[in-house]
Amino acid sequence: MIQIDNLSKNYGTVQAVDSISFSLNDGEIVGFLGANGAGKSTTLKMITGYITPTSGNVTIDDKNIIDDCIAIQKMVGYLPELNPLYAEMKVHEYLKFHASIRGITGNEFIESLKRVVSECGLQGVVHRTIGNCSKGYKQRIGLAAAMIHDPKILILDEPVTGLDPNQIVEIRGLIKKLGKEKLVLMSSHILQEIQATVDRIIIIDNGKIVADGTSDELISGAQGKTQLHLEISNAEENAIQEMKATMPELHIKDVTKSGENFNIVIEYASGSDPRKDIFNHAVAQSWVITEMRVTEKNLEDIFRNLTGKVNEGADDE
Amino acid sequence: MNNILTIFKKELRAFFTSPMAYIFLVVFALINGYFFNIQFFLINESDMRVLFGIVPLVYLFFIPAISMGLISREKSLGTIEIISTMPILERDIVIGKYLAGFVLILLGLLTTLIHYLTLCYVGTSIDHGAVFTGYIGLALLGGVYTAVSLFASSLTDNQVIAFIIGIAIVLLFFMMDKLLFFMPSSLSGVVQFLSTDFHLSNMSRGVLDTRNLIYFGSVIGFFLSITTRILESRKWN
Repeated sequence: MIQIDNLSKNYGTVQAVDSISFSLNDGEIVGFLGANGAGKSTTLKMITGYITPTSGNVTIDDKNIIDDCIAIQKMVGYLPELNPLYAEMKVHEYLKFHASIRGITGNEFIESLKRVVSECGLQGVVHRTIGNCSKGYKQRIGLAAAMIHDPKILILDEPVTGLDPNQIVEIRGLIKKLGKEKLVLMSSHILQEIQATVDRIIIIDNGKIVADGTSDELISGAQGKTQLHLEISNAEENAIQEMKATMPELHIKDVTKSGENFNIVIEYASGSDPRKDIFNHAVAQSWVITEMRVTEKNLEDIFRNLTGKVNEGADDE
Repeated sequence: MNNILTIFKKELRAFFTSPMAYIFLVVFALINGYFFNIQFFLINESDMRVLFGIVPLVYLFFIPAISMGLISREKSLGTIEIISTMPILERDIVIGKYLAGFVLILLGLLTTLIHYLTLCYVGTSIDHGAVFTGYIGLALLGGVYTAVSLFASSLTDNQVIAFIIGIAIVLLFFMMDKLLFFMPSSLSGVVQFLSTDFHLSNMSRGVLDTRNLIYFGSVIGFFLSITTRILESRKWN
């Protein structure tokens, strides 16, 4: 279990992480979501002992990062952002290097090597030089190195950035598989990625936690309005505007005419459902409804609302 | 101890999987051989002091060159984050890397033993003791320069800058007792004691004084310990 208490980090006058607290339980896959520069990597670097918090602490199984850094580093497997590797090493040499620092040698290493090679699907590349491997393989090599000591906790900083869609699906599957027995904390600025992989989402913005829960909880808990797209024919524009008189809870956002039809965008408070009333009203006015579609609020909207930013870079990476 | 050995092996392997170690060893042997032999047969004396004068000069460029990447490369690749988040002390990282650089220098020094064999073959009444202490001195000097260059490498993520800083500091140590002339007399004793040449010249004459050994040991220890502090300081940035 990871317990984070009032963790802060200042870089000079810039406050990268501002007094965040949360706890993570064993066997959870947790997604750490935020725009670029929100403080995700800084938080992960503090948990892994790469940098020391300005204030606050990280506790893992009654060890804390300030007094027992080495003890925590023994328990954690970490894949840093951009997955740095020694390109000149062979894959098995690199894994051996990791194992050796973690005190795994001899037969124990052979066993560990077999385990991570099969879990990460490295069978074809064990004797290859890392520099000659594809990006997808490199990512798996980084992951294998982080797992060589079979840690209880895996911390992955943007594990799928830069991979092609097939590789993303592979890594996602691998993370889900690992999450069955380990606590996995992965960060990403790509919503779809987090939504597809994790049990629980923590959204961070400007160094502060702005949301924490499962994706369903976040969606249902979000305050907001639902949008309804309506397409009708055989109607008059004035009559459409008058609809509001009969149904005051509706907010007609937009009416556009295309040919014979009107496209209407209606907003109403989440939780109510005026579709039946709209249908009856249309029948009374002898309008013909050609389309009625509710746009569900998705995590992306919530993310934008919470962080006040467009999810930049989600498409190009 | 195990961790030091692991880092040491990793670095030494990195030297030998790239052409770096081979180029260093060959060019180091050739340059020393050339400058030793053009003088050796002219002077016609049975000693190796010529070599003990040349090697420190060759060191000036070669040691910063082979050590410049030891830490700065990890910084530029980002792998520093990998090794720093492993359960290993910064001190062990520094010592492991230092020993790898130092062993490569010792291997380079080993190539110059051919001149000793030449001397044994053609010379008469050779002072083997002086050769022995001279080599100890060269090894220790290599150790000092490697520690300085490792320190320079820890300051930056740019290998060229690490190289230049390394040369600058090493040159300072080398030049110190040649600049005594410009120093106020009250300082000259101290400055002379700090210069590497002062201690080395004792040893190449065949004198093995504990003061010299302590000097080399403390300079190495000093630079390794500030390098460790610099690696640790990343936590507090």
